[in-house]
Amino acid sequence: MKVTFKIWRQDSPDSKGELKTYETDGLTEDMSFLEALDHLNEKLVLKNEKVVAFEYDCREGICGQCGVFINGRAHGPHDHMTTCQLHMRSFKDGDTITVEPWQAGAFPIVKDLVVDRTAFDRIVEQGAYITAKTGTAPEANSIPVPKEVSDAAMDMAACIGCGACVATCKNASAALFTSAKINHLNKLPQGKAEQHTRLLDMTKQMEVEGFGSCTFTAACEVECPAEISISSIAEMNARYVKAKIFG
Amino acid sequence: MKLDSKVPEGRLEDKWRNYQFKSHLINPANKKKLNVIVVGSGLSGAGAAATLAELGYDVQCFCYQDSARRAHSVAAQGGINAAKNYQHDGDSVWRMFYDTLKGGDFRSREANTYRLAELSAPLIDHFTQQGVPFAREYGGVLVNRSFGGVQVQRTFYARGQTGQQLVVAAYSQLYKMIKAKKVEMLPRHEVLDIVIIDGKAKGVIARELSTGKIKRFVADAIVLATGGYSRVFRLSTLAIGCNGSAIWKAHKRGAYFAAPSFTQIHPTALPQTSESQSKLTLMSESLRNDGRIWVPKKKGDDRPAKDIPEDERDYYLERKYPSFGNLAPRDISSRAAKERIDAGHGVGQLKNAVYLDFKHAIERFGRETIEDRYGNLFTMYRKITGIDAYKEPMKISPAAHFSMGGLWVDYELMTTIPGLYAIGECNYSDHGANRLGANSLLQTSIDGYFILPNTINNYLEGELKAKRPEIDHQEFSKVEAEVKDQIQSLLDINGSRTVDDFHRELGKVMWQECAMSRNKKGLEKAITQIKSIKEDFWKDVKVTGSSDEMNTELEKALRLADFIELAILMCTDALQRDESCGAHFREEYQSEEGEAVRNDEDYAYVSAWEYNAGEFKLHKEELKFEFVKPTVRSYK
Ligand SMILES: Cc1cc2nc3c(=O)[nH]c(=O)nc-3n(C[C@H](O)[C@H](O)[C@H](O)COP(=O)(O)OP(=O)(O)OC[C@H]3O[C@@H](n4cnc5c(N)ncnc54)[C@H](O)[C@@H]3O)c2cc1C
Ligand code: SF4
Ligand code: FES
Repeated sequence: MKVTFKIWRQDSPDSKGELKTYETDGLTEDMSFLEALDHLNEKLVLKNEKVVAFEYDCREGICGQCGVFINGRAHGPHDHMTTCQLHMRSFKDGDTITVEPWQAGAFPIVKDLVVDRTAFDRIVEQGAYITAKTGTAPEANSIPVPKEVSDAAMDMAACIGCGACVATCKNASAALFTSAKINHLNKLPQGKAEQHTRLLDMTKQMEVEGFGSCTFTAACEVECPAEISISSIAEMNARYVKAKIFG
Repeated sequence: MKLDSKVPEGRLEDKWRNYQFKSHLINPANKKKLNVIVVGSGLSGAGAAATLAELGYDVQCFCYQDSARRAHSVAAQGGINAAKNYQHDGDSVWRMFYDTLKGGDFRSREANTYRLAELSAPLIDHFTQQGVPFAREYGGVLVNRSFGGVQVQRTFYARGQTGQQLVVAAYSQLYKMIKAKKVEMLPRHEVLDIVIIDGKAKGVIARELSTGKIKRFVADAIVLATGGYSRVFRLSTLAIGCNGSAIWKAHKRGAYFAAPSFTQIHPTALPQTSESQSKLTLMSESLRNDGRIWVPKKKGDDRPAKDIPEDERDYYLERKYPSFGNLAPRDISSRAAKERIDAGHGVGQLKNAVYLDFKHAIERFGRETIEDRYGNLFTMYRKITGIDAYKEPMKISPAAHFSMGGLWVDYELMTTIPGLYAIGECNYSDHGANRLGANSLLQTSIDGYFILPNTINNYLEGELKAKRPEIDHQEFSKVEAEVKDQIQSLLDINGSRTVDDFHRELGKVMWQECAMSRNKKGLEKAITQIKSIKEDFWKDVKVTGSSDEMNTELEKALRLADFIELAILMCTDALQRDESCGAHFREEYQSEEGEAVRNDEDYAYVSAWEYNAGEFKLHKEELKFEFVKPTVRSYK
């Protein structure tokens, strides 16, 4: 199988980038999309060129490190899938595939397809935890949590922090990510004590980082590999009103 | 050097308590003056960094990924064990200890293994408090399931992403301490060497991956929490960046490496389908709770699974190991699969797989229950293979998965270099020659949260009086120069083969000779082959780009250079052990039925290798079994 890659190349955060074209031969349908990029990189090395920098680690859809725009869609042509889970069987022989990095002011480009997502970590830093020290825990079954509550918290906790929601949003809003983090803990009895400050501090950090506001276009939920639903944002907003009153 | 395991006095039940009574304490005002480097942000690293910071130490925590949350602990699907006896099925600390010791084929220290079981229950309390959404019953209490190698239900889980949920909790706790300004997080920093001053670990040299800058860091103690090194096989269930570099460099600087060849081959990964494949995805072992493993009775049977009638299927695990059946331990299940595949009963494109079938479970419990238990695993399977496993059986195959081996550590988790600790998967501690499913998240978390924070003070107390070396100490300059030289030499070679090409070659040799089944001739051949790969690599590898920029190709080359050397030690270790135990199966030592034959008379020790300028020297930590009598490990 042969495809034409058009890939964003940019040497460093401050340099100017451009799309470069690479005819790539010798691919198979079984290859994952990232393996196709590996294959291209090996060819580039042998031609004495610099490899394309792109992100990955687990290559099984759970670490959240991979993520690029493929033909204009975050994580490629399928819904709810990470870039590393995409396989070449989703493309046809002869296709042209444009590959670009996440684009959002709060995610500056590091190199080629690699962006800096530490803004997410700083949102977490503001309160996506339960303030309790190691060694202070009560017996686990002493806090019963109804299955529905625990399952609902799990739905939210499934976020892998990939940033596709931000990248795909025309406002570059981090509302889906932030709401998932907040709702996970605020739903649980263990998270109740800090629910209001958590919500206020984390949403404030979202603004500090320069993420846009959510206008409910729902573009994010289509791409989210963890299938976090946009109702998570509505829930966060409802809790926000409560936090403002009681917080 | 004589290896001192520092196991405390007393009955097994009292050892950890006795240790804590006697260990030195440091008052909070003094803790502030001490600084600890933690390399790694997985469950062990993040847990240790957060807890040490809570206790008052200043901490710097490193990871090579862009965020601490991505450490490969996230990939653990199945669950985490604890002797809570919530199911009222006769579980206890003692039983868990015994299962683990036996599961490891009596090649671990009794005292460590007991402590693992002892601290398991409080760990579940801890994670529950931190907001981990473990699976629950309708009444609100926690659920358990069983895992391979045991007959009780003691595994806790969070849907199919237990590891991810535990990491999120640990990473959040870490960020809580970053906010408190007690931890400095250094993501995208790869530690490339360790600095030893006057015989003690005092610093690291790291490369900032986004800029290529080489940096020095000084500390009063160093903790390595860098995870497993099974990427030495190239194809494995590990993340692409997982490496052995930090522990290998520590080894070269004096830390003994224990049982390097003990590698767990997981029975249920997705089979390899092509040469260009970069990893093998794991399908959680928990699937074996409800899935049944089989191959066609007829060799080379090409019919689709659904056309093969019941009486023409060989449920070989149920047949060979009736009391454990599909839940036989990993080493045994992997070997049984290999045996069937080698005998010509393999299925799938490359005939390198066996079936894992849910037909009976779906008939019995209904699709909804199966979906509730394993929904995301089935989804993952479909995404990767395009196949709906509710309708036809999964195809699975063994894959390199976990390193039981690692840096030798004593009861305090300290390596043979004073002030250098190793925690989590990168040490050799509790699992012996084979790790039981769901015991690793446990070990890795307990090392970081509970053990290290209680043992490190014993050493640090002595460092209070010592002056911390300056960052321009000559030893720092020397090690930094060596790191820079290595990088430059790699870039200068400008040969004709890519890093991946060499890695594929190494992986094939290791998989062939040092994986599920080993023999003297093969291992000797492998050592020669790897030595020649090493020579070729340093003559003919090609790495483009420069050292002072983000250069992913250079990162790979540096990791591979270390893997190649580590591979030689792994084969040397496997060759040395003239017995079969756990995952280490030497073809020369098997019974008539093909089961492993252990030799306690001569091999009841942990091999601990000294680097010795590349002429590896063997030291032995004799294992004394005072509380249980080693038995033949049978799962029949
Ligand atoms: C696919 C899979 C499924 C598993 N499922 C289970 C399960 O269900 N139950 C169970 O108990 N166990 C399971 N395990 C095993 C278990 O997950 C691991 O053993 C454990 O999580 C390892 O944790 P760790 O903290 O030691 O290492 P990791 O989580 O791998 O963390 C390593 C850290 O070290 C950093 N690092 C590495 N090298 C360097 C360097 N040179 N410089 C700087 N930083 C570095 C990395 O960035 C990372 O932060 C599974 C393993 C795999 C691969
Ligand atoms: S909410 Fe979804 S898309 Fe956004 S970071 Fe989390 S997993 Fe990725
Ligand atoms: S590489 Fe981990 S989610 Fe894609």
